[in-house]
Amino acid sequence: MSRIGVFICHCGTNIGGVVNVPEVVEAARHMPLVAFADENKYTCSEVGQSSIRNAIAEHKLDRVVIASCSPRMHENTFRRTVTAAGINPYLLEMANLREHCSWVHSDARDATSKAIDLVRMAVSKVARHEALFPKQIGLTKRALVIGGGVTGIQAALDIAASGHEVVLVEKEPSIGGRMAQLDKTFPTLDCSACILTPKMVDVAQHPKITLLSYSEIVDVRGFVGNFEVDILRKAKLVDYEKCTGCGLCWQACPEKIPSEFNLGLGHRTAIYIPFAQAVPNKPVIDIANCRYENYRRWKETEEGEEPPQCRICEGVCPTEAIDRTQQDEIITEKFGAIVVTTGFKTFDYSVYGEYGGGRYPNVITSLQLERLMSAAGPTEGEVLRPSDGTHPKSVVFIQCVGSRDDKVNRPYCSKVCCMYTAKHAIMLKEHDPEVQCYVFYIDIRAGGKDFEEFARRAQDETGALYLRGRVSQIYQQGDKLMVLGEDSLMGRPVEITADLVVLATGMEPSENAAEIAQTLNISYNTYNFLIEAHPKLRPVETQTDGIFVAGAAVGPRDIPECVAHGSAAAVKAVALLSQDSLTTDPLISVVDPMKCVGCFACKEVCPFNAIEEQVTRDGRTISSINESVCKGCGLCVVACRPGAINLRGFTNQQLLSEVLTLVGR
Amino acid sequence: MAKVGSNTGNQTAERVYSYYPGCSQLATAEEYDVSARLVSRKLGIELRELEDWICCGASAAHSTDHWLSLALPAHTLKQAEEAGLPLAVPCAMCFSRLKFALHELENKETRDIVSHIIEKELSTAVAVEPMLKILADESLPIPVVKPLSGLKVACYYGCLLVRPPEVVKFDNAENPQTMERLMQRLGAEPINWGLKTACCGAGVAFPRLDVVLKLSYRLLSLIKASGADCVAVACPMCHANLDMYQKDMKAKFGEKLDLPVLYFTQLMGLALGFSPKELLLNKHITNPLPMLRKKELI
Ligand SMILES: Cc1cc2nc3c(=O)[nH]c(=O)nc-3n(C[C@H](O)[C@H](O)[C@H](O)COP(=O)(O)OP(=O)(O)OC[C@H]3O[C@@H](n4cnc5c(N)ncnc54)[C@H](O)[C@@H]3O)c2cc1C
Repeated sequence: MSRIGVFICHCGTNIGGVVNVPEVVEAARHMPLVAFADENKYTCSEVGQSSIRNAIAEHKLDRVVIASCSPRMHENTFRRTVTAAGINPYLLEMANLREHCSWVHSDARDATSKAIDLVRMAVSKVARHEALFPKQIGLTKRALVIGGGVTGIQAALDIAASGHEVVLVEKEPSIGGRMAQLDKTFPTLDCSACILTPKMVDVAQHPKITLLSYSEIVDVRGFVGNFEVDILRKAKLVDYEKCTGCGLCWQACPEKIPSEFNLGLGHRTAIYIPFAQAVPNKPVIDIANCRYENYRRWKETEEGEEPPQCRICEGVCPTEAIDRTQQDEIITEKFGAIVVTTGFKTFDYSVYGEYGGGRYPNVITSLQLERLMSAAGPTEGEVLRPSDGTHPKSVVFIQCVGSRDDKVNRPYCSKVCCMYTAKHAIMLKEHDPEVQCYVFYIDIRAGGKDFEEFARRAQDETGALYLRGRVSQIYQQGDKLMVLGEDSLMGRPVEITADLVVLATGMEPSENAAEIAQTLNISYNTYNFLIEAHPKLRPVETQTDGIFVAGAAVGPRDIPECVAHGSAAAVKAVALLSQDSLTTDPLISVVDPMKCVGCFACKEVCPFNAIEEQVTRDGRTISSINESVCKGCGLCVVACRPGAINLRGFTNQQLLSEVLTLVGR
Repeated sequence: MAKVGSNTGNQTAERVYSYYPGCSQLATAEEYDVSARLVSRKLGIELRELEDWICCGASAAHSTDHWLSLALPAHTLKQAEEAGLPLAVPCAMCFSRLKFALHELENKETRDIVSHIIEKELSTAVAVEPMLKILADESLPIPVVKPLSGLKVACYYGCLLVRPPEVVKFDNAENPQTMERLMQRLGAEPINWGLKTACCGAGVAFPRLDVVLKLSYRLLSLIKASGADCVAVACPMCHANLDMYQKDMKAKFGEKLDLPVLYFTQLMGLALGFSPKELLLNKHITNPLPMLRKKELI
């Protein structure tokens, strides 16, 4: 026979102010199997906890009900309390007299009678509890970081610094991400490359980091501590063992292709590194654009005119590093933790017909302006108009292009644009004191350390004219751009003759963000930004254990935030990898193999892919629950028609007994 | 087995429309109506004028009474519905009002009220199409006899023909191409310019002529600077503003424009071999004939 102890908490006046606690205690004393009942001012305090421990010893209690606040608040506290007194932590049940009772009721009599019911239900449930024991599973002490922007770089370096191995997968030929494209960075105006390049080199040189550039992940299996990931290594046609990165090949290559890195403002060759400080500093051959590869494709069919054969790179390479036999390759690696830092791309402004939709060469994006201002950019740092290479003297900036605009389904604020536009206004004036800048804005959002001061500097010191309002139309008149807009502070239309128009295009997740999220089984929002487990308290975790997210892939963020989140994700990954084994929560589903009919309705509803197929000794295929993956959500229990699945700690029998107790049977 | 009554595939599909000229086309924009009918006939399009059409309400009704602005076009829409043919509308303003009414009538409650006003049960089962779309249909062959070679045309759509996109559902609101492609098929050379769908000021023509002059001048000076020989329009309001006030613009802004403003149907008519007289080319304030003569198009 069980001996149940019931402890009712006043929670100061939180519960005691409404519920008549002594009356509940008195009622509890008469409930079946209750051997002891008492009250406490604050059960969670050390005094309260020790009184429980003492009562357990003194009255030989073997199960405990604590009637206090939500189990979300203190269930773990009290599990430790009863464990210390020698009771299995799962022989504890909580009745929530605060959130579910005293806080939501004002009539003392009704609240007290409800409290008694809640306690009675908890007593009947705990009488049917069983002792449960967590399991231990092993793990691979190795992390995968997906995306080599500043966030991924930071995460990889921090994980590696703790002594764990890291594989950094980057889809482009070089790491660096968007930050590598920037000229200076707000609000301190330090040079982006100068602060980023050393970190990129650290990645390349760190003995614990393996950099897989020009690679993507294609499939992920397994669970926390034990992920198995298929990684596609795209053919580079260059043997990195032999290549020294001397650069003879890309200097000799005759093919010219618009440079992605320079956003179409300059050219690259077919064998190329995207920019001078690229890491790795070794080239890849762009198979779609290489002349000899084109010839090889022709050779297969011999249809149409015979293209030239080229192979100049092979001729100039001193180490015979060009390897045309290379194929795309998929490798499989094991990891204990995964950090996703796939970053962002800028909004495609061609949907804004009123800004020319891409028709006017002198309407450019802010990121293009970064390339024009960069000393390593296509114009070597001279800001020149794409149409005629002249210096613009009148420059109009338009904010919120693809941000805060329901019309293009981008209602969110991209957060960094106000600041980088202020930066651009300041920098342009430094490049050319004759420049006059105009900024059309909705609001100036400069929340951040030293940000407001910086934004003011753009207005006060550089004389940029800030106009609150939208631009209705841009049209070309001769070699000028006419910008028609509204100054909503003055309440009048404005018309500006501009040499250059710069659109602050908003941030949105990288192209394949949703695909990656699906592969990893983590959530993403309607705009494909990844969703964190809790926006405030768990900002780098996801609902899938062992997978962490950081940087601009989660939402619009500037560099300081990205770096902080990258480090935060690294700490979480390290905390996981530092364990020798992982403890699993026993409150999960179990399948009764005798009852399971193998319909797999459970598998359909399981949001965590925890259900596996298993063949029994008598040859039936039935469900089995992967204990490391199951979260104990209970969906499968509901879906199971033969009633073969039960959730430990919340079994059908336990829940039913609560209901029957409530209805008085 | 022979297929009975199957289409031989040779016949061109019959193109029959109900036709709603609109008031302007009987007066200031007579040349639009006349040329539209001539060209349509030539292209094998039959226009059947609605018997009892009335004013669409245009700018007056919708700025005074919402229900009036729906009931007026609804009366015409009802006839088109009964005729069972798509409705061809030359005037951009009429087109806009009819489309707006149709859009609003999608709502059952609104439809019931308007049905009650016009004392007829309305449906929304009627297609309203701008004359430009009908005549520029690329599946329709244009037997050009006099290509408009060397004629640089600025195509001007104005604000109503393509806006708001979710109501009119016709071409791109910022950079439409329908008229440009049509002009190319006629042998003319459409110029690229940036204010094709900007406002000419028609809405405030009476109270604020100064605004009209400013807005229309902006259009014409840009067109002039872009090297066009003439402007093609599809709206009687746009036409009036651009054609009539060039002298006043000269007085106010000092630039002699002398830019003929023609309905696109008139240019089609020229290419199809109609005479300037038939096309009423003599009705414009800014005389297009000297320019056309210089280009050896007449
Ligand atoms: C015009 C402009 C100016 C800016 N100026 C400033 C400034 O002055 N100061 C400031 O603090 N911030 C600035 N920012 C913001 C800054 O660029 C971002 O905060 C930062 O780059 C985000 O870093 P990230 O690593 O999260 O993403 P990213 O830089 O986008 O890096 C993501 C990386 O992941 C890779 N990747 C994507 N998908 C995959 C995949 N499936 N598999 C493998 N790899 C993948 C990408 O190729 C990329 O290398 C500016 C932004 C813009 C647009």
